[in-house]
Amino acid sequence: MEWETVIGLEIHAQLATRSKIFSAASTRYGAEPNTQACAVDLGLPGVLPVLNAEVVRMAVKFGLATHSSVAPRSVFARKNYFYPDLPKGYQISQYELPIVHDGYLDIEVDEDTVKRIGITRAHLEEDAGKSLHEDFHGLTGIDLNRAGTPLLEIVSEPDMRSAKEAVAYMKKIHSLVQYLGICDGNMQEGSFRCDANVSVRPQGQEAFGTRAELKNINSFRFVEQAINYEVERQIALLESGGTVVQETRLFDADRHETRPMRTKEEANDYRYFPDPDLLPVEIDPAFIAEVTQTLPELPEVKKQRFMDDYGLSAYDAGVLTATRELGDYFEAVVGVSGGLGKLSANWVMGELSGALNKAGLEIGSSPVSAEALGGMLRRIEDGTISGKIAKQVFEALWAGAGSADEVIESQGLMQITDSSAIEDIIRGVLENSPKQVEQYRTGQEKVFGYFVGQVMKATQGKANPKQVNELLKKMIND
Amino acid sequence: MHHKTLVELGAGLRQGAYSSEELTRACLDRVAMLDNQLNSFITVIEAQALQTARDADARIRSGAAGPLTGIPYAHKDIFCTRGVKTSCGSRMLDNFIAPYDATVTQQLNAAGAVMIGKTNMDEFAMGSSNETSFYGPVTNPWDSETVPGGSSGGSAAAVAARLVPVSTGTDTGGSIRQPAALCGITGLKPTYGRVSRYGMIAFASSLDQAGPFARTAEDAALMLGAMAGFDPRDSTSVERAPDDYTGGLNNSLQGLKIGLPKQFFGEGLDSGVAAAVEAALDEYRKLGAVITEISLPNSQLAVPTYYVVAPAECSSNLSRFDGVRFGYRAKDPEDLEDLYKRSRGEGFGAEVKRRIMIGTYALSAGYYDAYYLKAQQVRRLIREDFMRAFEQVNVIMGPTSPSVAFRLGEKSNDPVTMYLSDIYTIAVNLAGLPGMSIPAGFAADMPVGLQLIGNYFEEARLLNAAHRYQQVTDWHTRVPQGFE
Repeated sequence: MEWETVIGLEIHAQLATRSKIFSAASTRYGAEPNTQACAVDLGLPGVLPVLNAEVVRMAVKFGLATHSSVAPRSVFARKNYFYPDLPKGYQISQYELPIVHDGYLDIEVDEDTVKRIGITRAHLEEDAGKSLHEDFHGLTGIDLNRAGTPLLEIVSEPDMRSAKEAVAYMKKIHSLVQYLGICDGNMQEGSFRCDANVSVRPQGQEAFGTRAELKNINSFRFVEQAINYEVERQIALLESGGTVVQETRLFDADRHETRPMRTKEEANDYRYFPDPDLLPVEIDPAFIAEVTQTLPELPEVKKQRFMDDYGLSAYDAGVLTATRELGDYFEAVVGVSGGLGKLSANWVMGELSGALNKAGLEIGSSPVSAEALGGMLRRIEDGTISGKIAKQVFEALWAGAGSADEVIESQGLMQITDSSAIEDIIRGVLENSPKQVEQYRTGQEKVFGYFVGQVMKATQGKANPKQVNELLKKMIND
Repeated sequence: MHHKTLVELGAGLRQGAYSSEELTRACLDRVAMLDNQLNSFITVIEAQALQTARDADARIRSGAAGPLTGIPYAHKDIFCTRGVKTSCGSRMLDNFIAPYDATVTQQLNAAGAVMIGKTNMDEFAMGSSNETSFYGPVTNPWDSETVPGGSSGGSAAAVAARLVPVSTGTDTGGSIRQPAALCGITGLKPTYGRVSRYGMIAFASSLDQAGPFARTAEDAALMLGAMAGFDPRDSTSVERAPDDYTGGLNNSLQGLKIGLPKQFFGEGLDSGVAAAVEAALDEYRKLGAVITEISLPNSQLAVPTYYVVAPAECSSNLSRFDGVRFGYRAKDPEDLEDLYKRSRGEGFGAEVKRRIMIGTYALSAGYYDAYYLKAQQVRRLIREDFMRAFEQVNVIMGPTSPSVAFRLGEKSNDPVTMYLSDIYTIAVNLAGLPGMSIPAGFAADMPVGLQLIGNYFEEARLLNAAHRYQQVTDWHTRVPQGFE
């Protein structure tokens, strides 16, 4: 039987505020345990939450960027359950009335296919603290620094049909929240993490299969692994006559498998109800208009503009707008180069990305500045250097050699464009290769490349390749 | 000295007739001498109170005294006080010393008032008789066999017995007004949002409101002036400056429109209480008020509505008492679940557990719509009843409680009967309106309270009506035997 996979994601993006969602304590990562937890975060008797206005602004930004509705009135609710790292015995979240709902995001599944993924809702909530099981010898330590950290939980429709689509969607959201400046996207520190709802159904069946919720997935690679494992597990189970039970499963990144955590029967009754300590969040059109003014150019708009302005393919434009930093870098290169869009794209996506990948660096810490790269492209364009020599110049720039012009000057890499000089070299090559000249003249045209190579070797690559080709053709046939 | 009102004591302090230290010493002595009969205090802070009094004396000498500077007061043990135990009447918090002050505590500190101790109360403010306290019941100064009312029983008894001139309370369903009535003193529950809830241990967040106990309306007005105000740390406090609560106390009541809800004078009302209330209304007629009957058609739904909303909120509010970070922790827990179960099982008393269970049930999946949501809808209807009434009248009046103080133990095994003792006060909390209780005579030798209910933020009007009544009556000056 052919099976179809159905996936929906719940992404938790930590909002990049300085203070917590309901208290003035700092959200800085990595402090000593319990040094960033005030009376409100500790849930001391008598304390009350006060909403950080910045989180509302950030959620509205996300809503606007995903074509979602922003609710004129949303309500914080209490999700009640007992856990040692949940100080109040309830989490303040949004339940029936989320701040953002009914939007979508388009993802590029491959070079030719764009798919629209529905966003059911995005709501504000507070994070819990952390239970520390190591170093306590049979006891559990509690660190409440993270308690009260603002989160935006982004819930998708079950629109994804493969792990690959899920990863593409997650990457798109990851890029978007960073574009918007509402999340630092740091997955190692847990600023961006996701749960996946996964089910399978026979191809062509309309009703969804029973789903499992996979928890604790904090990298793109793990999302793919966890989903693929889970899909195989469910199919194997169904094909051997079993049934999938609705349950929460934990992804084990070390063993690349998912394990049951709790079944539906064991699930908590969270007894949601509106939090009487907080007023409903009311958002008027004027506020939405104000936030709209502060939105940066969004990836989709930027992508279209790159295609229109620089003549890039959809694929190239998509790659270059994947992050705000990469797009900004690219445009800086284009500016310095004097408008060489296509060439800039090739270099940024080619040599530069390759070198960054190899060195494990992000674009923000590239050793080659946009000014240096753009300057070099200008020298390619005006014929000072060839594309081949440019690679040599690029390596020097990567190693910190200053500007392209300085490298070209100091290493004498200026291209030879003087026809008579090139003709002299060609003449010498032809004289020294009588056998190959003979072969060529008897019809073995393949040896032409040999002559070009010899000429370039003799000029250390500095001869203009186009000129070499033309002159060589003329002279060899004379 | 203990018979003097806050106003009189303040004048004496500023004139130098006595110091705050002497006054505070006198209150502490009276507590030491008499409170073993009442059990109205959980904690008395002698050394700290005397130090605060000396600071107040310095302030008085410097000419920077306000009306409350140097005045001793008793603080309900529900308000967090830095460095002083805040038990909320519960074993759960018997070991809890708050690391911070409630906003109300801060405000009274800033006014120069002198806290001499923390008063007894029903556990987590859940009760109408002060019998659910972990620290034992408080007795009524008028009759040691009867209850003082609750939950703010200690604060009411302490003022009635002249141990302190004023005290603080909180009122979720009548917990200021009912004990004020039963102890024969003046109590005011302000509009919801008028006084900050920050640092006041929550029972039912959408209903809780702090207010003062005093012997006179004028004293209550001065206390409210210090306690009221917007607090950025409480999202439900209202961003609106406090009114001048004393300036209009003597305004004429000529033409004041008083509404009597017919539902407050029906079955269940003690005849002696009814007679006292009728007599009080006659006084208001003499003062020029016009009295008409009104209807609050949904008022019979107030008690059942309240006993869904308040337990639902408390079941969640009290989840933080889990034995993990503060408060009572069971000895030698076997595992996490055992820690939770025994810490809460041993730390909470029976009434608190009953309400947590009612509230947990009301919020459970499948029951939420039938109970919590329905209760919220009824709550809106109750509020609308009042809004319609205030289109016709300025103040609503009636009995505070259906009977005078009942005997200790009389209702403690019958929760529903106990809950019905708040039948006239609860609707006011559900609507968020301000309400007062003032002494209005006696029935069977026990005090009767007259309830005054105002429109939102009309505390000044209530205080004016109460003050004018106290100018022509002397019920509020009566002293229980043994406390002269």
